[in-house]
Amino acid sequence: MGFLSNLINGISLGSIYAVIALGYTMVYGIAKMLNFAHGDVIMIGAYVVYLTSVKAGLPPVLAVVIAMVACTILGITIEKVAYKPLRKATSLAVLITAIGVSYFLQNIALVIFGANPINFTSVVNVPVIKLFDGQIVISGEASTAIVVSVVIVIALSLFIKKTKSGKAMLAVSEDKGAAQLMGVNVNRTISLTFAIGSALAAIAGALLCSAYPILSNTTGAMPGIKAFVAAVFGGIGSIPGAMIGGILIGVIEILGKAYISTQLADAIVFGVLILVLMFKPTGILGKKINEKV
Amino acid sequence: MKSVKKILALVLAVVMIATCFAACGSDANDDKTDAKEIVIGISGPLTGSTAQYGLAVQNAAELAAKEINEAGGINGTMLKIIAADDEADTGDKATSAYNFLKDQGMQIFLGTVTTGSGLAVVNQTAADGIFQLTPSASGDDIIKAGDNCFQICFTDSNQGSRSAQYIAENNIASKIAVIYDSSDAYSTGIYNTFKAECTNRGITLVAEQAFTKGNTDFSAQIQACKSAGAELVFLPIYYTEAALILKAAQAADFAPKFFGCDGLDGLLGVKGFDPALAEGVMLLTPFAADAQDEATQSFVTAYKAAYNNEIPNQFAADAYDGVKIIAKLIEQEGITADMSAKEIGDKLKVAICADGFEFTGLTGAGAPLTWDAEGAVSKDPAAVIIENGAYKAL
Repeated sequence: MGFLSNLINGISLGSIYAVIALGYTMVYGIAKMLNFAHGDVIMIGAYVVYLTSVKAGLPPVLAVVIAMVACTILGITIEKVAYKPLRKATSLAVLITAIGVSYFLQNIALVIFGANPINFTSVVNVPVIKLFDGQIVISGEASTAIVVSVVIVIALSLFIKKTKSGKAMLAVSEDKGAAQLMGVNVNRTISLTFAIGSALAAIAGALLCSAYPILSNTTGAMPGIKAFVAAVFGGIGSIPGAMIGGILIGVIEILGKAYISTQLADAIVFGVLILVLMFKPTGILGKKINEKV
Repeated sequence: MKSVKKILALVLAVVMIATCFAACGSDANDDKTDAKEIVIGISGPLTGSTAQYGLAVQNAAELAAKEINEAGGINGTMLKIIAADDEADTGDKATSAYNFLKDQGMQIFLGTVTTGSGLAVVNQTAADGIFQLTPSASGDDIIKAGDNCFQICFTDSNQGSRSAQYIAENNIASKIAVIYDSSDAYSTGIYNTFKAECTNRGITLVAEQAFTKGNTDFSAQIQACKSAGAELVFLPIYYTEAALILKAAQAADFAPKFFGCDGLDGLLGVKGFDPALAEGVMLLTPFAADAQDEATQSFVTAYKAAYNNEIPNQFAADAYDGVKIIAKLIEQEGITADMSAKEIGDKLKVAICADGFEFTGLTGAGAPLTWDAEGAVSKDPAAVIIENGAYKAL
């Protein structure tokens, strides 16, 4: 029973990683850049949820929607201000800018919200599920995280397959130049990607801080990095890959804590990244792209 | 355009040089003024995950100094409290906070608040020869670096063994689990002595779970304690993580008894924390704000009046005692404001552990405190339980 409980905890943590990883993977797939500021957008989203739901007393769902809007605006602004001018620059320059934006957001949050961590009040109001006479307990936060992440992955996959904007995203991800020639507005598509990724970050922030109720200016940093590992693990650029990678990383982390060492859990997660990069650099669902000369 | 830039650069350069000199000038002035004040420096976490401790120490020390100064000072000499934020950091933030205090003219060091920061500076304070009286850095190694450092709180080894003793003697539980922070000297210190005392008494620990700084997911640790059938979980950790552990236990429908040390003090003060989660948590503390003796009551009343009706925790009590101990020593040794930190240190470090010096204050349950030459205080922790969101003596 202990194993099953750990597995469920792992899947629940992994689902949160998956939602974060989706943001990484979409932006990478389309803009071919690693948006390291993504984790910090989560933190901002969580603060907005805190301010609207706990401080202002709005209903949780409305608070999350407001946070999604705020993060969308933030994401688009970051893209316009920091990344768009660098569209023709080397990928290294964009990467460094992303790290800069990450530090900027962390420190601006430090100035605005102060250095004292906030004990986050859960915005999830779902009853606890008890199985096998209470031997396995699934908290409302855990079940919500799992359900929300599955819904998001299905919705995103449908969006990309069925809608015009989604198809435009797919086209831009395959060949930016050709897509532009076919009449796709590349800049708008990239902005849309950032908007969706950032809105997802707000949901991830609410889920993360509801499950682990502590919120400070560095809350998003570690989950952000782990979700990046998850995105690489699943195959960066692939949406189902982000889901699979996220859940696997969550399960590896919790099982590693439970059965190997509580102190080496992070080392195990990053060890997985090294192994994936060594043996299957494209990840589980990643496609191998042959560079044409 | 070019000439404008040149002029601008020149102006900026002049401004920069001017500010350099301005800074030097004001520093020199600061040293000259306030010759009748003895400066007591505090280094503690004023921000961050243990900020409640640093702020409590700062508030209580300022309150004690204010009371002494309003009563005419010590033979006319006033006390001045200055504080620096070390964020409970174990490295450069702790050393730079200490150096900042030195630059500000600190003559006596009432710090550090946490063990980790203390270990980062004790070698330096020993080399400087400054008199160091820490209100709450309970690590055993804090007082070992030099003969200048003394504790007001009981040591970690004392806390660990007393916790095990208390649990065993009162038959609180027989299946005990521990969750501790392996990256923190305070937490590991208590864990080691707790474990040793449990072994002595024939109690086996059914689960020993560690975590490292910054960890937020405790589901695996809680699950391990639950699977092991623990009746009591010992938490020799700080309150921020404890709040997460209590939440994780609730999520796993696991309701053992929780027992902690002075690091759990502050749990009820966490912003947004649901006090229902802390119901029944036991902890060791030398001070309970609900004690009925006159000294405690007048301190609590004065503290609440000065700081937004906040109830002082044991860190505040330790710091309040600390300033009073320093005042008593200053009076006894005839310390004056013009003496250097080293001169004061040489006198006080002998005086505090000399035969006949004792201090009765808020902490120590009315018994007088004395110090040994090593720096440890004679003081026994008492246990309290959280009931209806308040401490109650056990």
